[in-house]
Amino acid sequence: MDETLTKNRTVRKSKKEKKMTWSLIKSQSQLIYMSVPLLAYIILFAYVPIWGWTMAFQDYKPARSFSDQKWVGFKHFEFLFKDDSFLQVLRNTLAMSIINLILGFTTAIILALLLNEIKKIFWKRTVQTISYLPHFLSWIIVTGIVATSLASDGIVNDVLLKLNLIKEPIQWLSEGKYFWGIVGASHVWKEVGWNTIIYLAAMSAIDPALYEAADIDGASRYKKMLHITLPGIKPTIIILLIMSIGHILEAGFEVQYLLGNGLVLDWSQTIDIFVLKYGLAQGNYSLATAAGIFKTVVSVTMLLFANWMAKRLGEERLL
Amino acid sequence: MANYSTTPGPATAAAVNKRIRRGRIEPIIFHTLNTIFMIILVIVTLYPFLNTIVVSFNAGSDTIRGGLYLWPREFTLQNYKAVFVSGTIYNAFVISVARTVLSTLLNLFLTTMLAYTLSRREYVFRKPITFIFILTMYFNAGLIPGYFLMKDLHLINTFWVYVIPSMISAFNMIVIRTYIGSISESLVESARIDGAGDFKIFWQIIFPLCKPVLATIALFVAVGAWNSWFDAFIYTSSRQELSTLQYELMKLLSSSMNANNNPSVAAGAGMTQGAAAQMVTPLSIRASVTVVASVPILLVYPFMQKYFVVGLNVGSVKE
Repeated sequence: MDETLTKNRTVRKSKKEKKMTWSLIKSQSQLIYMSVPLLAYIILFAYVPIWGWTMAFQDYKPARSFSDQKWVGFKHFEFLFKDDSFLQVLRNTLAMSIINLILGFTTAIILALLLNEIKKIFWKRTVQTISYLPHFLSWIIVTGIVATSLASDGIVNDVLLKLNLIKEPIQWLSEGKYFWGIVGASHVWKEVGWNTIIYLAAMSAIDPALYEAADIDGASRYKKMLHITLPGIKPTIIILLIMSIGHILEAGFEVQYLLGNGLVLDWSQTIDIFVLKYGLAQGNYSLATAAGIFKTVVSVTMLLFANWMAKRLGEERLL
Repeated sequence: MANYSTTPGPATAAAVNKRIRRGRIEPIIFHTLNTIFMIILVIVTLYPFLNTIVVSFNAGSDTIRGGLYLWPREFTLQNYKAVFVSGTIYNAFVISVARTVLSTLLNLFLTTMLAYTLSRREYVFRKPITFIFILTMYFNAGLIPGYFLMKDLHLINTFWVYVIPSMISAFNMIVIRTYIGSISESLVESARIDGAGDFKIFWQIIFPLCKPVLATIALFVAVGAWNSWFDAFIYTSSRQELSTLQYELMKLLSSSMNANNNPSVAAGAGMTQGAAAQMVTPLSIRASVTVVASVPILLVYPFMQKYFVVGLNVGSVKE
C-alpha cells in the first residue's frame, strides 16, 4: 500500500516536472530558435571534422569508402618520430615559438613601462596610435616590407653600411642562421604596440597613492618602475605567460611560409608547413593528419598543465 | 636613510642636496632618452610605409637605381594604372570588399544574437551551449580534416567558402555577452511586460545598445576578413575570378622574392615586361598593390582606436 503510494507520488512528480520543463522550453522557444541553429552550425564546422582524425590511423585512400580503408594503428605516428625532417620541423617550431615568446613579452613590457612615463597625453596617444598600426596589416604586407627592408640594397643594409658596421651587404634572407631572428623581429615589429595595451590597462589600475608615497621617500624613476609598476602588473604578466604555454607549438605559419625560400628551408619549416606540404601538396593525408593531431594533443596538454599551474599559483584559472 | 631623518647633520644635508639635484636632472635625462626612443619607434614603424608609398609613385625603372627614401624622384601613376588595367587586381579588390562586408554583417548579427540568448540567465540550454562554443577556442581539428569538410559541403571553389566557415567567433561572443550583461536588466523586463518576444528584444533593444562594443568587433572581423589569404590559397586557387586582393599580393610577393634569389628568373621577368611597360617593374607593382591592400585599414582604424582598450578589457573577463 505504502509502496504504491510513493510510486504514484514519484510518477506524478516526474510528470509534473516534465510538464514544467516542457512549458519552460515552450516559453523559451524564441531563445531556442535563435541559438540552436547556431549550435548546429558550430558542431558541424568545429566538431564534425574531428571525425577526420581517423585518417591518421589508416592508410587513407580518397576514393574508398570508410569501411574499405586499411587500418594501420600508430604507423604514421611512428614514422613521424623516426623521420629526420619532422624532428627538424619540430625543432624549428619550438625554437621560433620560444624566441617569439621571450622577445614578445620583454619588448611589450619595456615599451609599456616607457609609454607609461610619458605624461603628455597627446604625445602618448600619437605614439600608441602609430605603434598599433602594423597589427592591423596582413602578414603578406608585413613580410613584403620585411623582404624589401632586408634586400641587399634595402634600408637595413644601407644603414649598416653607412655606419661602417659591415663592409658589404648581408644576404639576410638567404642564410638559415638569421631566419629565426628575422621571424622574431618581424613579430616584434608587428605586435609590440598591440601587446602593450593590456599592460597599460593594468598599469592604470595601480593606486596612485603608491607613487606619491614613493615620491615622498625620494624614490627615483627606476626604483618606482622596479618596485611599484612591475609588481603591479605581475599578475597580468603571469596569466599571459601561462596562457601562451598552450600555444607553444604555434610558431605560426604565415611568416615562415612567406619569408622562407629554398635556401633556408632547414630553418624555416614549421609543423603547419609540414602538414600543408605532405597533406595538400603531396596527398599524404594520413601522415599530415597525424602531425596535426600531435600538435593539437600537445597544445591541449600544455593548456591543461597551464591551467593547473595557474590554480597552484593562485591566479585566475583559464578553464 | 632612517638615520638622517632623526638626527640632521652636515653629511645628511649634503645627501639631501644631492638628492634634490639628482631629482632635477634625472627626469630631464630620462625624458630626453625616452622621447628619443619613442621617435625612433615612430620612425621604424612608419618609414617602411612611407617608403612603400614613395616606391609606388615612382617610375619602376628609376627605383632600381636605389637611393629612394622619402620623396618620389620620377613621379608617375603608371604603377597604379598597370595594377588596375590588368583586371585581375581590380576583380580581386571587388571580391575582397564583398567578402569583408558580408562577413562583417553576418558575423555581427549572428554573434550578437547568440550572445543575447546566452546572456539570458533563465535560458535552459545556456550552460551547455556556452561550453560547446568556448571549447572551440582551444582546439581545432586541423587543416586536413577541415579541408575534407569543405569538400564534402561542396564549398571548394565557391565564394561562400570565404564567408560561411567563419560566421561566429566564440571569443567575440564572450566579449559581446559581457557587454550585454552590463545593460540594465529592467529594460528587458519592461519590454517583456509590453509583450515583446526574445527576438524583438534582441533586435530592437539589445542590438542597438551594443553599438560601442560592436564597433570594436566589426573592426576585428573586417580586418580579419580583409587580410586573410589562406582560404583563397587552399580552397579557391583554381578559380582565378575568386582570388582575393591579399592572395594576389602574396603571389606577387613570392614571385618577386624568387626573382631576388634567382638572377636568371629576374632577367626573364625583365624581358617579358616589354617596352611599353618599361616604367613598371615587379617591385613597383608590388608596392602599389601593398598600398591598395593597406589603405582601407589605415583609413578606418584611427576612428576605432578609442574602443580597443575597452574591447580588450572586456574580453579578458571570462564568464
